Amino acid sequence: MTEPILSVRDLSIMYTTGRKTGVTAAADVSFDLYPGQSMALVGESGCGKTTLGLGLLRLLPRLGKVSSGEIVYRFKDGMSLDILRLGKEDLRKFRWHEAAMVFQGAMNSFNPVLRIGEHFTDTLRSHEGGERRLTRADIAERAAELLRMVRLEPARVLRSFPHELSGGMKQRILIALALALEPQVLVLDEPTTALDILTQRSIVEQLHELRERLGFAMVFITHDLGLAAELADRVATMYAGRIIETGTAEDVFYEPRHPYTVGLIKAVPPVVGDLPELSSIPGSPPSLADLPSGCSFHPRCGYVRDECTGTRPELTVLTERALDEGHAAACLRAGEIEYTRKVVASA
Amino acid sequence: MPEPRIPAPRRPEAGTTLLELTGVEQTFHTKRGDVPAVAGVDLTVRAGKVLCLVGESGCGKTTTARAAAGLTRPTAGTVRFRGSDVSTLDAKGRQEFREAVQYIHQDPYASLNPVRTVYSTVTAGLRRHGHVRDRAEARRKAAELLERVDLTPAESYLDKYPHQLSGGQRQRVAIARALAMDSEVLIADESTSMLDVSIRVSLLNTLGRLRDQLNVGFLFITHDLAVAKYFAWDGDIAVMYLGRIVEQGPTPQIINDPQHPYTKALISAVCEPDPRLARAKKAVRLRGSEIPSLTELPNGCTFHPRCPLFEADTCDSAAPPLSLLDGGTRLLACHVVARDHEQAGVG
Repeated sequence: MTEPILSVRDLSIMYTTGRKTGVTAAADVSFDLYPGQSMALVGESGCGKTTLGLGLLRLLPRLGKVSSGEIVYRFKDGMSLDILRLGKEDLRKFRWHEAAMVFQGAMNSFNPVLRIGEHFTDTLRSHEGGERRLTRADIAERAAELLRMVRLEPARVLRSFPHELSGGMKQRILIALALALEPQVLVLDEPTTALDILTQRSIVEQLHELRERLGFAMVFITHDLGLAAELADRVATMYAGRIIETGTAEDVFYEPRHPYTVGLIKAVPPVVGDLPELSSIPGSPPSLADLPSGCSFHPRCGYVRDECTGTRPELTVLTERALDEGHAAACLRAGEIEYTRKVVASA
Repeated sequence: MPEPRIPAPRRPEAGTTLLELTGVEQTFHTKRGDVPAVAGVDLTVRAGKVLCLVGESGCGKTTTARAAAGLTRPTAGTVRFRGSDVSTLDAKGRQEFREAVQYIHQDPYASLNPVRTVYSTVTAGLRRHGHVRDRAEARRKAAELLERVDLTPAESYLDKYPHQLSGGQRQRVAIARALAMDSEVLIADESTSMLDVSIRVSLLNTLGRLRDQLNVGFLFITHDLAVAKYFAWDGDIAVMYLGRIVEQGPTPQIINDPQHPYTKALISAVCEPDPRLARAKKAVRLRGSEIPSLTELPNGCTFHPRCPLFEADTCDSAAPPLSLLDGGTRLLACHVVARDHEQAGVG
C-alpha cells in the first residue's frame, strides 16, 4: 500500500503581534499528500492558504511560528522524518532536494541585478552535495537542461536580467529552478495569478507535462477555482485558517458539502456552456484576530442554526473511500446541503 | 410625498448612442521609436448596454478607454459624445461630457485619496460643480449614492477612510463617486479583476443593476472572458490585439462560436471551474507564445507569427480589413476565415 509522502497532522501556525495573544492563521490543519498527487488549496484572500504553504517548508516569516502539530515527510525507502524537528543543516538539505517552493509573484522573486544564470548557479551551489564540487560546466549543463524542460531557450535566458523577460518566462524559470534538485514535492503559491490568459494556459500545460514526466507531488495555492479544476486531483477549501472541506476535484466541484464551498463555486462564471446565475457570499471573511464563535462561517451562512454559533464542527468524513479519495466537510448540516445552479441563458 | 433627493435625472433611453469612437489612433513617440498603441478603433457605447473590450496586456485596451473618457487626445480619429466631437466642445459642453462619462480604475487601493473620508471622496464632484446647496444635502446625496452601490447602512461608511475598508468596499466607493454626477457612461478598466471571486460577483451584480435600472452604458475592459460573458451577455464583445479590433459581435456569438483564431485561443485558454469540462477541453495551440513588441510589428496581419491558420503570402503581406462576416452582425479581421466563409457561401 502506498504511504503518503507528506502527512500533516493538527498543524497550527500563529503570528505573534504586538497584542498579548497571537493570531492563528492556520488551525488544526491535517491532510495527506500521496506521491504524484496534486492538491489545490483554495479560498479567499486572508484565509491562511499562503501561511500553510510556507509552513510546510518552514519558510514562515519571523513573526510566524508553528504552535503545534507535525509534518511528516516519507522518503521513497520508507524512512520518515518530522520536518518540524529538523535542525538547520538538515532543513537546508530537505528544502529543494525533497520539497521546493515556487513563491507568489514571479515578477518579484528574482534578484534584479543578477542574471538568470547566476540564480541557477546560486541555487545549485548552495544545495550541492556529494563528493565532487560542481564545475561551471556542470552547472551550465544542468541549467540548460532545466530551461529546455520548461521550453525556454537556455542560451538567451541565462544571459538575461530578470527585467528583460516577460512574466510568463519568469514564472517558468521559477518552476525550473524549483525542480533543479528533483524534489518529490512542489509547493506553488498562486502560480498563474497576474499572468495573461494565454500565458496562464501555457503554465498549466507545462505543469501537467512536468508532473507526468517527473512524477512529483504538488500542493498549489490558488483563489482561482478554474485552476483547481484543471490541475488538482484533490481540493481542500480553507476558511479562516481551517480546512473546511476536502475531497477529490469531482466531489468538491459537483457535490460540495460545505456552504462556503458552494458559495465559492456559485460565484464563478464558466466560459463554455450555459450561463448560470451567479451569486455572492454575503458579508466578508472575518478577521483572524476576532473570529466568530462556533463555526467561523456562521455569520455568512444561509444554513445557520442555533448550534452553529456554539460548537465548531469538526472536519467529518462523509464518503469513505480508499486512501486519499475520501470526502470530508466541517459542517453540522453537511448532509442537507444542496447544490444546484439556475441557468440564466442556455448555450 | 417626500421631495426627491437627487433631482430626477433625465436618463437616456436604452439603446441610445452615447459615446462613439471613429478611427481612433493613439501613437506614443518614444526614444525607441513610435509606439502605435491603438491603430484605428471604431466603437459605440449605448445606453443600458455593455461593450466589453478583451485582450492580453498591452493590446491597447486601456489606451482606448482613456481616449474614450477624454483623458487623452487621440492622435487621429474622433470621439463623439451625444453626437458632438469632444475635442471641439466649448467649456460647458466639455463639463457635461466630463460629468456624464466616468472612469473606474483597476486598483481601488490606489484610486482613492487616503486622507479623504468616503463622504468627501464621493461628493467632491457635486461640491465642485455646485450641485449641492449645503453640507446636509451633500451628506444626504452621498448616503443615497452609497446605498445605490450596496454600501449599507450608508451612515456607517460616510466618515470612514479608505484604509478602514476592504478592497470590495473601496471599489464600491469608487463606483459611487463615478455615479455622483448622474453619469451616463461608466468606463470600467479591469475594475473587478483584483477582487476575490465572491466580491467580484456581487460588484458585477451591482453594476448590472445600474445598467438595467439607470440605463448606464458600459465600456467594460477585462482580460477575463468568463466575466465578459457574464456581464455582457446582452451586449457586445470586441477582441483587441496589438492596437486593433480583430473580432467584434454580440456576446453569445463571440463566446459560443468564435471565428478569429485569436479569439478561439483566448476562449480555449480559460481554466473552466469544472473538472470534467477542463479535461475534455482542447486548448488552441499557438505557433508562438510571446506577444510581439509594438515597436516592431509584424507585416500584414500582426497575429500571423502566432496564428495556427497562418498561410504564407496571404497573412504576412496585407493587414486584413475588419469587415462583416456573412453579412451578419459579426465583424472579423482574418484573411483565411473570411475566404473560407466566402467559398462555403458560394459553394
